[in-house]
Amino acid sequence: MTVTKTQTPAVRRAGAAEGDLELASRRRNRRTYLVLLLPGLLGLLVSFVFPLAYMIRMSFNRGAPDGVIEETFTLDTYIQPLTDPYYWRVTLDTFQMGVTVGLLCVLVSYPVALFLARSTSKYRGLLMAIAIAPLLTSAVVRTYGWMVILGTNGLVNSSLKGMGLIDTPLKLTNNMTGVTIGLVEIFMPYAILAMISGFGRLSPQLEEAAGSLGASKLQVFTRVTIPLSLPGILTAFLLVFVLSISTFITPRLLGGGSVQVLATEVYDQTTGLLNWPFAAALSVILLILFGLIIAVYQRLTKKIGG
Amino acid sequence: MSEARLFKPRFNPAKPAFGILVFLLYLFLLAPLLIVFVVSFASNQYLSFPPEGFTLKWYGMLPEESTFMNGMRVSIIVAVIVTVVVLALGVPAALALDRFEFKAKGVVQSFFLSPLLIPSIVLALGMVLLFGPLKLTNTYAGIIIGHVAITIPFVIRTTMMSLATTDTSCEAAARILGAGSWTAFRRITLPIIQPGVIAGGVIAFIVSFDEAVISLFVAESGLPTLPVQVLRYVENSADAAVAALSVILILISLAVVVVVERVMGLRKALR
Repeated sequence: MTVTKTQTPAVRRAGAAEGDLELASRRRNRRTYLVLLLPGLLGLLVSFVFPLAYMIRMSFNRGAPDGVIEETFTLDTYIQPLTDPYYWRVTLDTFQMGVTVGLLCVLVSYPVALFLARSTSKYRGLLMAIAIAPLLTSAVVRTYGWMVILGTNGLVNSSLKGMGLIDTPLKLTNNMTGVTIGLVEIFMPYAILAMISGFGRLSPQLEEAAGSLGASKLQVFTRVTIPLSLPGILTAFLLVFVLSISTFITPRLLGGGSVQVLATEVYDQTTGLLNWPFAAALSVILLILFGLIIAVYQRLTKKIGG
Repeated sequence: MSEARLFKPRFNPAKPAFGILVFLLYLFLLAPLLIVFVVSFASNQYLSFPPEGFTLKWYGMLPEESTFMNGMRVSIIVAVIVTVVVLALGVPAALALDRFEFKAKGVVQSFFLSPLLIPSIVLALGMVLLFGPLKLTNTYAGIIIGHVAITIPFVIRTTMMSLATTDTSCEAAARILGAGSWTAFRRITLPIIQPGVIAGGVIAFIVSFDEAVISLFVAESGLPTLPVQVLRYVENSADAAVAALSVILILISLAVVVVVERVMGLRKALR
């Protein structure tokens, strides 16, 4: 039997099947795995399942003034946002923001992902790490960085003014423009990661083959490179889309109160208006939107993986 | 002339252009972090460009900012406890998922990774609703329980990644040679999963330390963490005072990045 680094479960089991040891340990395994799993399962039950379940139940209650919650079972909390044009606006704005951020993020991440997937440089590992590292920095800090860049006295406006190109500062914060720019950058590492994982079938040999068969550089790119990297592009787009429709900090800070999306609306309903059931219903709506797209996303990644 | 001809076909203008494009995109990706560095050392009284001079006064002011120092203390306490708790919960679960065969394994594994698929604002609302009647809002326990959900997937993933790249024959050999299951675990399995445990632990620490949304909902008024304090501060003014603090937060993240990259590779750990 050749020993390979990654063994199938069957091989692993065969390796362990030495006499009675296997049987005895199997019997012990019965309880061992439960003991190992139980603390984690309980932890998630308390910190994850109960809060979500409680929130869903809460969404069927009725909110009275001053944060009083009327225990009942009603669909009013859902009917209100579904019939109020304001919430349709907010939902549509959220969607539109997700699509815009997703498209732009794919556009700016694609060259970097392509570069990292192909690079043979000895600095490839370092460059990969630099591209992903911002993922582990605080979203608040990165959003603050964008406020410094885009603000009224920020880098962009000061530079443009200094060059005499503008007299009055451009309005780049406290609106959707700023939120979009900030989110595109904040989700770039996710998009790059997703793309590189989805580039499985893309190989330089195929491009060389196309080139030697007479295709021009542009033809190779549009007819070979792009189609083969399409799975990676699609998964990256969907991932960024779901991340941006549910994000809170960046729309809050860079939107400065004038950008209303579902996530900021949930916050305002709780802290400002203390309408807990209504906030819960909005969250459930967000969760359903989110779940639909995640389902599509997972189906796609499975297809690509298979 | 002949020389020019010789070199011409070799030069592909698309290559340097692509290089410049990638460089500019990297600059865009790092822009907010770089600008925070610059601003934190600028002597301008109010936020403006270009920087007028070099100063360390913003850093000097930090120890006197009691809101930041209190937030820092809360965040460190929370992140340390979350790391310990989530390792204690996650590492055994990862072992069970990799080394044992049982029914519904796939479902259990997806369940452990699923908190990452739920928008944090939704989770945060659920937590504040549930924790309110239980008197857990504005307490350490409340924030810590809240952070367990979003950090456990990282620990499970990195530990399983370490387990998956090694086979079980070493453990089987140790058992055959007479080692008890605890000895086999301590002497064989633990060293094998060490990189995954370290990577998972430091990622859990930084995710908890930087987490803002759950902390905001669960403990804004009574026990604000550092990200919550920064969020509040920045909401009112984007001046330079908070830049020095941001640099410190970035450096902590950088330390985590270096550790994760060393022990198992950032891409592998965060995929």
